[in-house]
Amino acid sequence: MLPELGHFALILALLLAGLQAFFGIAGPALARDRWSGAVTSAVAGHAVMIATAVACLIGCFVNEDFSVAYVAENSNSALPLFYRVTALWGAHEGSLLLWILLLAAWTVAVAFGSGRLPPRFAARVLGVLGVVSFGFLLFTLATSNPFLRLDPPAPDGRDLNPILQDPGLAVHPPILYTGYVGFAVAFAFACAAMLEGRLDQNWARWTRPWTTTAWAFLTCGIALGSFWAYYELGWGGFWFWDPVENASFMPWLVGTALIHSLAVTDKRGLFKSWTLLLAILAFSLSLLGTFLVRSGVLVSVHSFAADPTRGIFILTFLIIMIGGALTLYAWRAPLLRSTAGFELGARESFLLFNNVLLVIAAATVFAGTLAPLISDSLKLGTLSVGPPYFNPTFMLSMLPLLALLSVGIHANWKRGRLGDSQRMLLQTFVAAAVLGCGFAFGLYSHGKVLTPVGATLAVWIILSSLVDPIDRWRRGLTLPRAVLGMTVAHIGLALAVFALTAVQSFTIERDVALAPGGTTKAGEYEFRFEGVKPAEGPNYEAVAGTLTVTRHGAPVAVMIPQKRNFWVQHQVISETAIRMHRGNNLLLALGEDLGAGRWSVRIQIRPLVSLIWIAAFIMAMGGALAASDRRYRTARALVTPSEGATAGQPG
Amino acid sequence: MTKFLVPLGIFGLLAVVLAIGIHHSPDKGIIKSPLLGKAAPVFALPNLTDPARQVRSVDLKGRWYLFNVWGTWCGGCREEHEALLQVHRAGVVPIIGLDWKDDDAQALSWLTQLGNPYESVATDHSGRQAIEWGVYGAPETFLVNPQGIVVYKHVGALTPEVWTREILPRVSKVPATAGSS
Repeated sequence: MLPELGHFALILALLLAGLQAFFGIAGPALARDRWSGAVTSAVAGHAVMIATAVACLIGCFVNEDFSVAYVAENSNSALPLFYRVTALWGAHEGSLLLWILLLAAWTVAVAFGSGRLPPRFAARVLGVLGVVSFGFLLFTLATSNPFLRLDPPAPDGRDLNPILQDPGLAVHPPILYTGYVGFAVAFAFACAAMLEGRLDQNWARWTRPWTTTAWAFLTCGIALGSFWAYYELGWGGFWFWDPVENASFMPWLVGTALIHSLAVTDKRGLFKSWTLLLAILAFSLSLLGTFLVRSGVLVSVHSFAADPTRGIFILTFLIIMIGGALTLYAWRAPLLRSTAGFELGARESFLLFNNVLLVIAAATVFAGTLAPLISDSLKLGTLSVGPPYFNPTFMLSMLPLLALLSVGIHANWKRGRLGDSQRMLLQTFVAAAVLGCGFAFGLYSHGKVLTPVGATLAVWIILSSLVDPIDRWRRGLTLPRAVLGMTVAHIGLALAVFALTAVQSFTIERDVALAPGGTTKAGEYEFRFEGVKPAEGPNYEAVAGTLTVTRHGAPVAVMIPQKRNFWVQHQVISETAIRMHRGNNLLLALGEDLGAGRWSVRIQIRPLVSLIWIAAFIMAMGGALAASDRRYRTARALVTPSEGATAGQPG
Repeated sequence: MTKFLVPLGIFGLLAVVLAIGIHHSPDKGIIKSPLLGKAAPVFALPNLTDPARQVRSVDLKGRWYLFNVWGTWCGGCREEHEALLQVHRAGVVPIIGLDWKDDDAQALSWLTQLGNPYESVATDHSGRQAIEWGVYGAPETFLVNPQGIVVYKHVGALTPEVWTREILPRVSKVPATAGSS
């Protein structure tokens, strides 16, 4: 019964999404306000139906209903309850359902928050979101129905992919998807503005908190994914430039550009068409990410089994959505002219550089991700580009971005002259250079060329970010949350740069063969292999190795890396042992059994690697703080371009 | 103004590339096997149909063969069974089965009921052999050449299309009787 109920709820949701799209777009276009008014009812019904469908699928998992193909493929009677619930998004069909659920949640949030928006505009936004949801629901029902029955039912399930049996899985996809899907809201706002043919500073103000919130979720999601890959996959890397990672990173880069471009549109009424384009681009890249991961066009370590018919459907959907939005853009954007101007050297110009550099960075990642596909299409053979391509090209746009960030923070709106800030700029730079080079050459004797550069840039950003808040505090002014959020996010970025610099410069990696009782030395640590013994979990059996770690003879830790063999799918997963010690991240992974009690062991010592994820979390916190500024919650009738920094409205 | 048409143009080009990409992505997004181009694992396993003999990789040297990982518990295996029988009837290349984590009695009745496309079936109760082959999930099919090198891997149910498009051309490039080196 439950699967049929869920299936039926999905069909109803499809119909209601269609109504939502129709009323939302046709109502305002034909000036029928009653139609526009009906949109919120459609939104409510649509959301309830989707929630019902999700609840039904979870019910099937919890009840161990192996007559449902998706449950049989992704669950097992030995699977703990927690993973039976999270198995919902363990594979393609359920992930799509999660996507749709989160889109519905965003839509409901927009509907609730639309009280301050002009009714017709709000209807259009919800209408565009309805189109997106309709497309995804149609895709799910047509090619990826999670409620299909098996006849005869499977006696037991094939189990959840063992890689995904980790607490990280429980939170990573929903948070990442919340970010992905959140860009649909910015996209809907952009489309609504283009449909209306009007885009003012109020529009930017309405759009900003949604975009920043989505960005904060995406930041968290990417960081969790990276953490999860590091902790669980046991390959000892935190970023692989894998297509799936890139798929989430590209919208993040463009989303970051969008946040900054929106700030200019909000403050100065500039960059209107550019902002629209970025809003379309951010969501397009989210959709493209879905396409790349789901269609099987690209091969990835994360990808689940793929299907070309799904690819064709997604491509058609992409052409309709993105092609439609870009056509609308080509038609409407020329109408949006900005009257104000700015001088070279004004804050606007730095934000323009920021935008251009971020888009270039996204484009290089994009080119690298699609390189295998393009070379294959042109029959150049299968070619894959990896870190040797991504690392240098990405840095090429990131280094100037980081340098310009510190300068841009000191710049004024509109006016190109730096004035008093010039001295401050120089002072912070000198201080940063001294501290950064001191770190590179003092704390660690061996470094690379980029070590002092990265460290200096990171310190410079922190110092520059603190100038304005300290100045305000001295003068007894309050610090609006938007400014505080920006400062926090920039400091988070600087910490991430610092951590990445340290990790890239000072990591020690060693693969050794150890017999029981054997010892080896890596960095300042000694490792003694005590041998292996069997261990057992609820649905796997494992070999656990024991290593005693000491530093200059003093005990540090006993670490137990495991090699787990999952019964049902018979996949071997390396469970790494990870330990923090004096800011160093020690990682041990058990490799191959070399016979006679000897095992290969991978030892990695990375300084400050945890700071990367902490920094990303700080960035996300900054975004959350900025999005919660009350200037976004108070309607403002008249908009005057304000000068100075991101000023809050007193009173 | 034409400059506002640029994004649309770029997207149009991209759509074409993606369409071509879907049309002939070489392996349809299948997880690449680390074994591709490398020597197939050496094995000597119990024979499902004849307990007195073993299925051994040394006996297969000098011949092309398909190594098909299956189990009676696996839905995709049921789905591909007809295709396997067709391959068997074509008689171009023998299929060696690996009955993965399965009950011998059930496996035997499966072969009796549905027909036996395999030259021989090895059993792998512990799942150890499947790990050697880097199996991600059943069914999976490997094409091994006379030199014992894995030249192609298909994940998921085998279809007549995969047979005619991917496997047959690879096998018939070289005369089926090519000896070992």
